[in-house]
Amino acid sequence: MTTSTLNFRSGTSVMVVRELRRTARSIDGLILSIVLPAMILLSFVVIFGGAMNTGTKYVDYVVPAVIVLCAGYGAANTAVGVATDMTTGTIDRFRTLPTYGSAVLAGHVITSVLRNFVSSAVVVGLSFALGFRPAGDAADWLTAIAVLLVFVVAMTWIACLLGLLLSPEAASGSTFLMIFLPYISSGFVPVSTLPEWIRGFAEHQPLTPVIEAVRSNLMGSAASDDVWLTLAWWVPLGVAAHLGAAVLFRRTRKR
Amino acid sequence: MQLSTSHSQRHAGQPIVRAERIHKRFGAHKVLTGVDIELWEGEVVALLGINGAGKTTLINILSTLLKPDQGTAAIAGIDLLASPASARRHFSLTGQYAALDDFQSGHENLVMMARLGGLPRRDAHARARQLLESFELTTAAAKPVSSYSGGMRRRLDLAAGIASRPAALFLDEPTTGLDPQSRHRLWQEIRQLARDGTAILLTTQYLEEADRLADRILILHHGTLVAEGTGSELKGLLGGTHQVRFSFASLEDLDQASALTQATAVDPDAWSLTVATSNTASTIRQVLADLGGTNVANIAILQPTLDDVFLSLTEPNEPTQPAKEPAP
Ligand SMILES: Nc1ncnc2c1ncn2[C@@H]1O[C@H](COP(=O)(O)OP(=O)(O)O)[C@@H](O)[C@H]1O
Ligand SMILES: [Mg+2]
Repeated sequence: MTTSTLNFRSGTSVMVVRELRRTARSIDGLILSIVLPAMILLSFVVIFGGAMNTGTKYVDYVVPAVIVLCAGYGAANTAVGVATDMTTGTIDRFRTLPTYGSAVLAGHVITSVLRNFVSSAVVVGLSFALGFRPAGDAADWLTAIAVLLVFVVAMTWIACLLGLLLSPEAASGSTFLMIFLPYISSGFVPVSTLPEWIRGFAEHQPLTPVIEAVRSNLMGSAASDDVWLTLAWWVPLGVAAHLGAAVLFRRTRKR
Repeated sequence: MQLSTSHSQRHAGQPIVRAERIHKRFGAHKVLTGVDIELWEGEVVALLGINGAGKTTLINILSTLLKPDQGTAAIAGIDLLASPASARRHFSLTGQYAALDDFQSGHENLVMMARLGGLPRRDAHARARQLLESFELTTAAAKPVSSYSGGMRRRLDLAAGIASRPAALFLDEPTTGLDPQSRHRLWQEIRQLARDGTAILLTTQYLEEADRLADRILILHHGTLVAEGTGSELKGLLGGTHQVRFSFASLEDLDQASALTQATAVDPDAWSLTVATSNTASTIRQVLADLGGTNVANIAILQPTLDDVFLSLTEPNEPTQPAKEPAP
């Protein structure tokens, strides 16, 4: 093993510890990863659930969408931390370290995955208490988790890129997109109940295959099309954002 | 006016930092037009210049954050342009803005920087404890940095900068915004680092800081180094010129007097005027004769300060400001 891969590994683990502390020690971070997912789930299942008619038990219908919404929003929040680092002296010091520079961004991505694992576990755990009864077997669960992983990693790289481009305030604003975009999909209500002009978007936007892939796997009715569609959307998006972020991390100077 | 002293002859071997003919422009704005710099083990060099002179730009070039348009630079013999990543093992930057995490404790910040600088976990913890002790931050070690005072932050930031024991340390305006006591404290820390062998290049807008802290002062103006030397060498540039200050009992007296004499500066707030001269006795006699009835309350002869040198180098056509009392 070369010195630089050693440096990259220890550098990344140091950055993961840093980002976990950032989350665990801020009220925002805790609300975002635990309270918000629980509130959204409860709102939909308990408050709106009674009025919803999706042909199935609503809790079974909506849980995958809540997981994807929270994961997307949680990943998007990476942008705020990255943008904040860019406005203090921190980024300059990191850039002048012998450590492989991408350790900083890799730390953000790994932390985002860990954070979303916790959020998703909260949502799934609570949804069982609310009557969620998934029918998928172990292989289906693993597929659903893999789909979410690809989505979260790609979303986090996009957030890194936005964090490098935007001010902390604008970065924080950009995360709201991830709160609202999932509503215009098949996640919360069937697309057929949406106004006609918005259906095209709802059916074809990149979050729809993620939600559908998670839902069909958890419910045991594997629809592999959505898995492939998820990969077709999010792998290129993630790779492009990763490459962009790696270049910008070296170049961008804000202030 | 150019003063060059033969510092390189005082040292053996090679300098830790050597930059030659550095040019940098932003668009049409030429910020650096041929700067040469050498930095040797254990010395503190102050880069002095007004706001916008290009101090940060030069520090950023030496820190591999910016590429120069022309020129070469090496740290520990490693070419910064050809191998920036290897060069980064040998220096550290403490920029104008603190690079600390508010949500981590002082100890955690230091361990993080030591580990990112390449120290194994165990060594990093030992190093953090040692730094906290020498910077007298031990009692605050476990507290989050968000609770630190401005002076404590600066000290911790400096400690974080040297966590991985760099050979060269670049400090961009390290004492800006500090109260005098914290500033003196930081000076002591910086001098101690130099005694331990670190080569230190710092930028400052404070002449007093450069005078008291630095072994060598470089004055950056209009893109080049217009002077280089110790504080007293630079003061010698004024060729033995002193300022004689005449204070008056009232503003009316001062107004009358300034109409009658060739003052180099008039200070209406202090009811005083100053005259620059290399022959103080004859000047005093002359001025008193010119003033006739006007009441002179006090006469003081002021040693030249670095301010005078700086102003004479950077604003050659402007009259110099009234000299300050020499530091006690
Ligand atoms: N990235 C940049 N783009 C354009 N102009 C810049 C940039 N960085 C610095 N400058 C300009 O270069 C000059 C020198 O800036 P700087 O090195 O920060 O000066 P100092 O640190 O001495 O105050 C200033 O006029 C500043 O506006
Ligand atoms: Mg500056």
